[in-house]
Amino acid sequence: MAYSDKVVDHYNNPRNVGSFTKDTPGVGTGLVGAPECGDVMKLQIKVNVETGVIEDAKFKTFGCGSAIASSSLATEWLKGRTVDEAAKIKNTDIVNELKLPPVKIHCSVLAEDAIKAALADYKEKWSQAEAGRESGAS
Amino acid sequence: MALKLPIFMDSQSTTPVDPRVLEAMLPYFTEKFGHPASRNHPFGWEAEGAVDRARGAIAGLVGARDPKELVFTSGGTESINLALKGVAEMYREKGNHIVTTVIEQRAGLDVCKRLERQGFEVTYVPVGADGLVDPEALRAVLTDKTILISVMLANNEIGTVQDAAAIGKLAKEKGIVFHVDATQAVGKVPVDVEAMGIDLLSCTSHMLYGPKGVGALYVRRKNPRVRLAPMMDGGGHERGMRSGTVPVPLAVGFGAAAEICRQVMPEESRRLAGLRDRLQDAILSKVDEAYLNGHPERRLPHNLNISFAYVEGESVLMGLNKEVALSSGSACTSATLEPSYVISALGVDSELAHSSIRFGLHRFSTEEEVDFVGRRTVEVVTRLREMSPLYELAREGVDLKTIKWKAE
Repeated sequence: MAYSDKVVDHYNNPRNVGSFTKDTPGVGTGLVGAPECGDVMKLQIKVNVETGVIEDAKFKTFGCGSAIASSSLATEWLKGRTVDEAAKIKNTDIVNELKLPPVKIHCSVLAEDAIKAALADYKEKWSQAEAGRESGAS
Repeated sequence: MALKLPIFMDSQSTTPVDPRVLEAMLPYFTEKFGHPASRNHPFGWEAEGAVDRARGAIAGLVGARDPKELVFTSGGTESINLALKGVAEMYREKGNHIVTTVIEQRAGLDVCKRLERQGFEVTYVPVGADGLVDPEALRAVLTDKTILISVMLANNEIGTVQDAAAIGKLAKEKGIVFHVDATQAVGKVPVDVEAMGIDLLSCTSHMLYGPKGVGALYVRRKNPRVRLAPMMDGGGHERGMRSGTVPVPLAVGFGAAAEICRQVMPEESRRLAGLRDRLQDAILSKVDEAYLNGHPERRLPHNLNISFAYVEGESVLMGLNKEVALSSGSACTSATLEPSYVISALGVDSELAHSSIRFGLHRFSTEEEVDFVGRRTVEVVTRLREMSPLYELAREGVDLKTIKWKAE
């Protein structure tokens, strides 16, 4: 199967590969997919808790070239967005940008799931922390 | 000598035509173009003679006593179709049960599925972790309705070579027709239809340095005489089993290729097994948690199949495909997300089935190529592991089986 130039570029030069320590303030982690399905994505965002802006994003992916490219692209798009803006990224945006063929659409779906999971994890961990601080409990 | 890229290491898919084979074929396109069934003039006699010599060479390679037992077809897929459907139709009154294995190539499995829809019962015998069929497990599923046992001699992914002689003995004892899909094995490892008790044997030219578009089916004529219902109606060529003009240049090429294989096989097998071991060592000595798939000894000399834990096969191929033509055992390119059914049948973890890479050496493979491919494979796997969340978790000491994965 021929890959688009953009997929090849992300595969050869993946952006933002790496990990944040999970309990760093403002870090949200999404781990989606399953090894037996041949795709696992870990996507992390580091949010400025004051402004709600995603200051950094990292990924690690087990999967085909399109899965690697989808998650690499997702980290690029996440940086600089607010948490609310990030929630609007759709898998179809990824499909269009990377020109994914129909058999690879599931890679973009997984990337969208990873974004949502990372955002949910962030909200669960750090919104609670904020709320906790406000109410005076710890 | 400078390395020429890309390197072909996918010889289980096809092989290049040996230049000697091409040379043998050429006169049969323009000068000696007669129809082998034309009985009344020298053009026909010449073509018939050439086809019969080719038949003899193939018979010699598979140990057939009589060249007439070889029927030319269009290739392995047609041979398998003719064998399975031909027996099913011809022996239907005797029974409707067929026994095969779970690791057959698609042609074998798909014909069986069609036969099931037509009312036949098919038992798919499992294989062990090394890819071997246990003849006793096979014996256990036979019934008085079993008319056919069909087993591939060497597997196209893992290269495991079955104990055909043991299965042949069992088939003979029970009076059941025994078909062997030997498309990957013929010309690579010794095949002897007499010693192995084989009644039907499918093979193809382009796996043994002959042209594409021609194959053969060995059909036993004595002890027992096997009868087949033809799939193609027409002029009654090939003893009535396969009507249609035999493609003389292709058949001549197949014969020439078989003759070369018969002569060079012992030496070539040794050389390729040496290169295969060199490649295997180069990879396994540098990559942790890389596993050999298939039987470590009973295997094709030119075949190597390795699973790399924590990386996905297609991504490994993507890192190599500009320089090396390889195939992944994994069927990830399909929309099903199903890993290789052959590797899965070995009982390995499914993520390892997604991580298998098949290397196929051939007559023209060199040591330089092997060293290059070994080195590049290690580099690509190492790079992909650096970006694999599974590798990271495993290094942190997390047992991946304890994680509740959120699959799509």
